Amino acid sequence: MLPASLKLTKAALTLDDGAVFEGYSVGQIPEAGGEVVFITAMSGYQEVLTDPSYHGQIVVFTAAHVGNYGTNPGVDQAPRTHAAGVVFHELWLPEVDHWLSEKTLPEYMGLHGLAGLTGVDTRALTLHLRNKGARNGHVGPLNQGLLSSAKARALPQMTGLDLARRVTCEKAYGLPAVKIPGGPKKTMPVAVLDLGVKKSILDQLRSQNLELTVFPAETPPEEIEKCSPGGLFLTNGPGDPAACDYAVELVKKYLGRLPVFGICLGHQIMGLASGASTYKLPFGHHGLNHPVRDSRTGRIWLTSQNHGFCVAPDKLPPSVRASHWNINDDTVEGLEWTDKPAFCVQFHPEASPGPHDAQGLFGRFRVMLEDFHA
Amino acid sequence: MPRRDDLETIMIFGSGPIVIGQACEFDYSATQGCKALKEEKYRLVLLNSNPATVMTDPEFSDRTYVEPMTPEVAADIIVKEHVDAILPTLGGQTALNLAMELHARGYMDPGVRMIGSTPEVIEIAENRSRFRETMTRLGLDIPVSGLASTVEEAVEIAKKTRFPAVIRPSFTLGGTGGGVAYNLDELTELAWRGLTASPIRQILVEESLIGWKEMELEMIRDLADNAIIVCGIENVDPMGVHTGDSVTVAPIQTLTDVEYQAMRDESLRVARAVGLNGGCNIQFAINPKTGRRVVIEMNPRVSRSSALASKATGFPIARVASKLAVGYTLGELKNGITGKSACFEPALDYCVVKAPRFNFEKFAGASSVLGLEMKAVGETMALGGNFREALQKALRGLEIGLHGLGAPVSPAEAALPDDLKLERLKEKLVLPLPERLSDIYSALKLGLPPAEACLLTGLDPWFVSQIELIIEAEETARGTFAETVARGGNPPAADWRHLKAQGLSDIRLAKLVNEASPGLETNAEKILGLRLKAGVVPHFRQVDTCAGEFEAGTPYYYSSYDSPVSPMPAGPGDSGRPKEPGRGRVMILGGGPNRIGQGIEFDYCCVKATQAFAAMGLETVMVNSNPETVSTDYDAVGRLYFEPVTLEDVLAVYNLEKPDGVIVQLGGQTPLNLAMALKDHGVDIWGTDPASIFRAENRRDWNELVEKLKLNQPPSGMARDAETAAEIAKNIGYPVIVRPSFVLGGRAMCVIYQERELADYVSRLAVSGSEQGLDLDSRHLILVDKFLEGAVEIDVDAVADGGQVVIAAIMEHIERAGIHSGDSCCSIPTFSLPLSVLNEIRSQTHKLGLELGVRGLMNIQFAVTKDSEIYVLEANPRASRTAPFVAKATGCPIIEVAAKVMAGRTLEEIGFTKEPHRDHVAVKEAVLPWSRFQGTQVVLGPEMRSTGEVMGIDNNFGIAFLKSQIAAGMATPQLGNVVMTVCDADKPALKTSAAKLARMGYDLFATQGTAQYLEKETGVRPAVLSKLGSVKPNLVDFLGSNPVQFVLNTTSGQKADRDSVLIRAEAIKRGIPLITTMAGLTAAVTGLEALVELRAENARKAEESGPEDAGRPGKYSPWGVTPLQDYHDPARDQAKAK
Repeated sequence: MLPASLKLTKAALTLDDGAVFEGYSVGQIPEAGGEVVFITAMSGYQEVLTDPSYHGQIVVFTAAHVGNYGTNPGVDQAPRTHAAGVVFHELWLPEVDHWLSEKTLPEYMGLHGLAGLTGVDTRALTLHLRNKGARNGHVGPLNQGLLSSAKARALPQMTGLDLARRVTCEKAYGLPAVKIPGGPKKTMPVAVLDLGVKKSILDQLRSQNLELTVFPAETPPEEIEKCSPGGLFLTNGPGDPAACDYAVELVKKYLGRLPVFGICLGHQIMGLASGASTYKLPFGHHGLNHPVRDSRTGRIWLTSQNHGFCVAPDKLPPSVRASHWNINDDTVEGLEWTDKPAFCVQFHPEASPGPHDAQGLFGRFRVMLEDFHA
Repeated sequence: MPRRDDLETIMIFGSGPIVIGQACEFDYSATQGCKALKEEKYRLVLLNSNPATVMTDPEFSDRTYVEPMTPEVAADIIVKEHVDAILPTLGGQTALNLAMELHARGYMDPGVRMIGSTPEVIEIAENRSRFRETMTRLGLDIPVSGLASTVEEAVEIAKKTRFPAVIRPSFTLGGTGGGVAYNLDELTELAWRGLTASPIRQILVEESLIGWKEMELEMIRDLADNAIIVCGIENVDPMGVHTGDSVTVAPIQTLTDVEYQAMRDESLRVARAVGLNGGCNIQFAINPKTGRRVVIEMNPRVSRSSALASKATGFPIARVASKLAVGYTLGELKNGITGKSACFEPALDYCVVKAPRFNFEKFAGASSVLGLEMKAVGETMALGGNFREALQKALRGLEIGLHGLGAPVSPAEAALPDDLKLERLKEKLVLPLPERLSDIYSALKLGLPPAEACLLTGLDPWFVSQIELIIEAEETARGTFAETVARGGNPPAADWRHLKAQGLSDIRLAKLVNEASPGLETNAEKILGLRLKAGVVPHFRQVDTCAGEFEAGTPYYYSSYDSPVSPMPAGPGDSGRPKEPGRGRVMILGGGPNRIGQGIEFDYCCVKATQAFAAMGLETVMVNSNPETVSTDYDAVGRLYFEPVTLEDVLAVYNLEKPDGVIVQLGGQTPLNLAMALKDHGVDIWGTDPASIFRAENRRDWNELVEKLKLNQPPSGMARDAETAAEIAKNIGYPVIVRPSFVLGGRAMCVIYQERELADYVSRLAVSGSEQGLDLDSRHLILVDKFLEGAVEIDVDAVADGGQVVIAAIMEHIERAGIHSGDSCCSIPTFSLPLSVLNEIRSQTHKLGLELGVRGLMNIQFAVTKDSEIYVLEANPRASRTAPFVAKATGCPIIEVAAKVMAGRTLEEIGFTKEPHRDHVAVKEAVLPWSRFQGTQVVLGPEMRSTGEVMGIDNNFGIAFLKSQIAAGMATPQLGNVVMTVCDADKPALKTSAAKLARMGYDLFATQGTAQYLEKETGVRPAVLSKLGSVKPNLVDFLGSNPVQFVLNTTSGQKADRDSVLIRAEAIKRGIPLITTMAGLTAAVTGLEALVELRAENARKAEESGPEDAGRPGKYSPWGVTPLQDYHDPARDQAKAK
């Protein structure tokens, strides 16, 4: 609920099924469209809005209050915001006093041209999405129900959509390794296929003393060979993995030749490369509280998750086993190859935002590289 | 890991009497633990001295021991019941300390395991130096500090920490004996107090973190190293105020994800390092300017905060912790709400605010400035769509006369010019006072810049901004909204919704409208009518642990108006369920926050009645706002609405659920106060007609009734001013007992011996009237009664069905008339009354029950004078504070019986037609919070001040009494020093007791007068101690430097003289048992004699049957231990009779 002193313009989110959720317009662009997904995180909004995996989506925060601590330096996951729009229950609009805060969230959204809606009954919206599945929606002026819902319906469906190409880097670039006291001593080169990478993933890899060369999504293997990588990493990213055939082909080439590690979209692509298929979840996993069991150790991690697609466990070849499971809905959360140095996870061990329980996986990749090159 | 099959019998410790810092949250935890382990088919043995609890109801465990929680008793039970494991993590610090004591003394057979937390875990977490070592080893930041065992060491450490410095005693609960020292003098004083309070004579002197953000994480870890944070809680009041005294909010509002996750990582590392298995609470302080974060403490057990976290999120921490203790891992357990895994972290899409309830008005002389030592006696929690809604719901749920932010002001204060008002407020804001948030609100309204409010209070600006938003909303209400209402129109629904979503109650809206349109005189009733016409009612949302992500089946709801512009229909789980055809539905109103006079006893009544209704096939609906209780466990009731128990909030639930009946007589005064208004709204009140309840409370009606039944009552009168009061007093003769009508717990009640005191009393009442919410309007007259000095007081609990009255128990108070029944010790059965008097009491009870048309519970108080005259003092046709005691003492399920009666059954049908008779004796003793309120006089009187109670049960009255005293905190008596100083009037009564004590071998000490008297009258020659103010060392010095078994100190009249004040304060400070009445002494001496006999008998038996412990009733304690199940078994009495 908003302070009455702020004269904000009413606006609405209209879903492709005609459901309308009213609110007040915040940010710059009065209109936005995309797949509407809800996230149950209670902190980390800045990280979420800059995560390229949310590219083209309208993100609904279920938390009662968002924006309380403003926006802080060093937490952006990309140089720009990627979400198409954002819906709040109550966005904090006035000044912020947090010691790290540089700008308020509305100011930040304005700067990045991000369209938003606040004062929305996000619980009703969330229950709607939960019951009817994630669907396209349109943020626009009030009382344009029919037009808006037509606009929402006109948006492309997420299934079959290759968005990685839109968010990948334009050309390859290098990132030096970071030596951490007590960490791995030998610097090793790793090629990163950028499908929409989060900065914190790169940070985590680098702090394993890995020297990175980050390549655009559609880089042919010959280009990658040029940097003589010791391993290949596939990043997170938006869209349908099945549409990224180029990346699937690339992985197929490298599996068994080099250690391969993938996260999120990278994991789905590795799954496809193994011969498995992917499918779309009804409303995806978006939150910081997803329990994942490591089937080797039985340990359960609380993980940060953000995905709409998922690897189906049924068509996995015998040499690939599902190593991690989501214990809420028994979906596959990780794969490992028994005959090749390769593994991947659906969740986000780099967190940012979210719990750090699974951060050790970056170390596991490092060990895999060392073993392979020993 | 699956369930441990190597364990068969598990013993659970409760937390003993309710004291400040350890309230009924542990009843909730242990009750949940009992249920969880019973599900696993373990044999359960429970030890708790507190009869008012739900957990001590015999149905929750296989063997229920209501015995003193001493290591000796626990050890005897372990042997007797072949206990395999002890679960000490559900009963607060008391349980943990008891377990550690058992362990340290080697009373536990090596085969007996401690599960949940092992001694090693407890040691690392609770021993300050080991905890600090562990934190340092983990590389975690901790405040600069040092441990001291002497005052000198403390002074030395303070040189490093600088002032202000914080003193924290080791191993105390709720921070007893802690404080903040701003200079050397204060440091010396606090160090001394802290060292005394600590059982191991150790204190921590620490760098002050006052003004830092205070955060708590409630976490659960299993032995496979899976760990979750159930809930993060942010204290709105920054560091410097005990978290139990702070307003808190969940989820955390002002930390970034980076900060939060770093804190989460550290919590996990701490839990791992400590070896936690189960629930724990970790506190952090964060410097708001630099982000520096330090670990404050960790409790390896469930706590007040974990109860709060469970209610705030819907995640049952105690239940899960209990399952982990018996071998399960988190991944093996289900979240009962969603059917998903229990190994997850709840996500909240609402705000939860907890607000503490204080009772400073009962402790004249004690400072209400909050600090490190907890002072709150209860709390209320509210859920709302946003912080403001939750905060204002919490504030009105406190029942301290607040209808939202902004405390009522006295007319004198209101008359001050604004700038003076603001100056005063600014002075107050510097101090952490209970009403601080309301003071900020008032100051902001008077123009205090928000930044200055933050500076003065240390509150995070976000919270101050929230208060600004509430003020802004109120401005809106005073604007066009008020104009529309004043014009006779109805504001648009969106405007209503906006204001209601800021947490503005109908009462507050009425006030705002009236402020804007003087002379309009609208009221909450009219506002409600308009609002309903506008179609604005709250949405009821489900507490689902997952922010709507999964479908949830929990019957747990809260109301919110915050679905701002597009009021979409609520989701499938988000509303009340339609009634099942043919099934009745009953709504039970709980008691709201605990306070002195209305506590856990009423929760027991609500819970037991709910069970009884459910057993009858009725759907049950609970409305309550107290997060500490069992009644707000969604598992304990049919459907739970976590709402303030106010008319507006209750009606909203009522209108949704449309129950067939509403129960108001079980939750104490809170629901009773709503009874008439609910009835006016067409609500069918089940049980005794509210009119009857008020007939018994209204003095004029009551007088007529007593007259009609030809009963006796003390002569009395009603006055509206000092003159009339004096005249009445003169007519009926001093001493008189005076009180404002319509109060619970004897609030502001006083015995007056002379006219001068009476005038004082009336003027004091007038002055404090508005401050304390006691106004002298027509409903609040002063009642003046003849005080029956020296009379025996009797409590009768009975159940009636309109045609029949059946007594459950007659209780005799140990102390004489004049001491509030809640503060006095009492016994079932009576011990000094002849049968003829008892039969007359029975007959009067029947008459009253029938005349009042009681359907359900009733409690009657009588006084019996020395010449066996019976006076009826009051009759309350509702659940009484003693109902749970009666149930535990006699085994008579009076609450269930009453519930069935309220639902329409007759006593005949239920089969409860005869007053039960038991051969054993049960004694209830009150526990008083003197040590928390330094500066107040230690005097029992007609105003109730106890926070909790304990029960002693035995075949022998003396032993039962002694057990009650030991359970209340007295050490098991050994021979030694007894100090006596009594007023002249009491001297004759001292003769017998003193002689008995001397004969038993006690060393008696007395002041000159008392000693001389005894020597002359009895030949007993106590050693003489010099009076205060004369030669040193005097009596107080003696208490300070010698072990003393107990102190007897009586004074004439109600007020302690100056010497008595000091003597009593010293005894409290030293933890020496204090007896302040001659009746108390007589009972104690009876107990000591019984103990001597018992010991002699034990020795004789031991000799007869050989040296090993054979033949002794208990291996460790002199008496045998017997569970309630045996006491309640009628076969036992029959067997004994044979």
